[in-house]
Amino acid sequence: MPDATGLELVAQRVRDAVHEEAVVGTSFAYDSATLEVAPERTRDVLEHLRRSDEEPYEHLMSLHGCDYLPEEPRLGVHYHLMSMGRRERIAVKTRLTTEDPRLHTVTDLFPTADFQEREVYDFFGVVFEGHPDPRRILMPEDYQGHPQRRDFPMGGEPVLFTHNEHKLPRWYD
Amino acid sequence: MEIIRSKVDRKPDDFRSRQLQAQQMLRGDLDGTDLDEYVEQRLLLTKFEDAQNWARRNALWPLGFGLACCAIEMITVIGSPRNDLSRFGAEVIRFSPRQADMLILSGRVSIKMAPVIRRIYDQMLEPKWVISMGACASSAGMFNNYALVAGADKFLPVDVYVPGCPPRPEALMYGIMKLQDKITSEPNDGWRERYKSAGTEEASDA
Repeated sequence: MPDATGLELVAQRVRDAVHEEAVVGTSFAYDSATLEVAPERTRDVLEHLRRSDEEPYEHLMSLHGCDYLPEEPRLGVHYHLMSMGRRERIAVKTRLTTEDPRLHTVTDLFPTADFQEREVYDFFGVVFEGHPDPRRILMPEDYQGHPQRRDFPMGGEPVLFTHNEHKLPRWYD
Repeated sequence: MEIIRSKVDRKPDDFRSRQLQAQQMLRGDLDGTDLDEYVEQRLLLTKFEDAQNWARRNALWPLGFGLACCAIEMITVIGSPRNDLSRFGAEVIRFSPRQADMLILSGRVSIKMAPVIRRIYDQMLEPKWVISMGACASSAGMFNNYALVAGADKFLPVDVYVPGCPPRPEALMYGIMKLQDKITSEPNDGWRERYKSAGTEEASDA
């Protein structure tokens, strides 16, 4: 785990190697280091951390989406990287708006990102450009909407019990 | 106090004497009233449907099919010697729907899985029965949201509902025994017609 100083060093190396605007911010809380990066530079940052950084992170532990509904930009995509050799972890986070959320795929860097990017697409609607198989993975293929967004209705239906059976319409009536 | 005595001249009814009697019958040594008595002792008259239902209820083969966490409980019921479901004739797990009689919906039914389950049900040969095990399969339970079908009885006829989250093995066994009672009494719920599930077995090309 890079400490707060190490995180700033990583961020500076990323800025030097990728782009000056690539790292939007850093945060270090509860012993976990996080790089906040610009969405259009995400893939370049991950490629740098994977391949050309002097302390590389070769393993993608998790890739997942998130919805911070009151805040803008709403959607987040989190990458959790790990270095097996040094036993260090770092998180890379990026934020996207709900209007046309797009990221470049990282399946060529991390093959495990295949299904996880499909899951993020399925649940949050983030389109990963260049993904080899950009289908839904968990919901039916003809499903409408992205159900893990916070403004998506919960769904479900009222269940008949003896105390409310005279109030609720039965589905078969 | 009344003392009831059996007839003195009656033949002994122990196993050995019956065995000897059967031996005589097979040799053709029995005739006359002895043969009539022999046949009367060994005949059981019943209706064909009753005999058929009796055979069906005592050879109720479940499909090896699990959906979610209830499947673990189901496996302990139909597959473990602790619960010993072979007492009720329902322990022969068949992993092909062609050979199974009973589909136990053990777990939540997602909307993506529902057409798969219906197809498996359609592939099962008549007679076939369905047990909805647990709260999720019966009413979506605690997962009452966008992903699940609230109640598997929306797309296939369910014969027995077993409540619980998950049901105890005893509860599932009780449900299976209820199903056996249902098979014996043979009520016509009209469900096969309502769910259009009669005659849906897919023909095999092979």
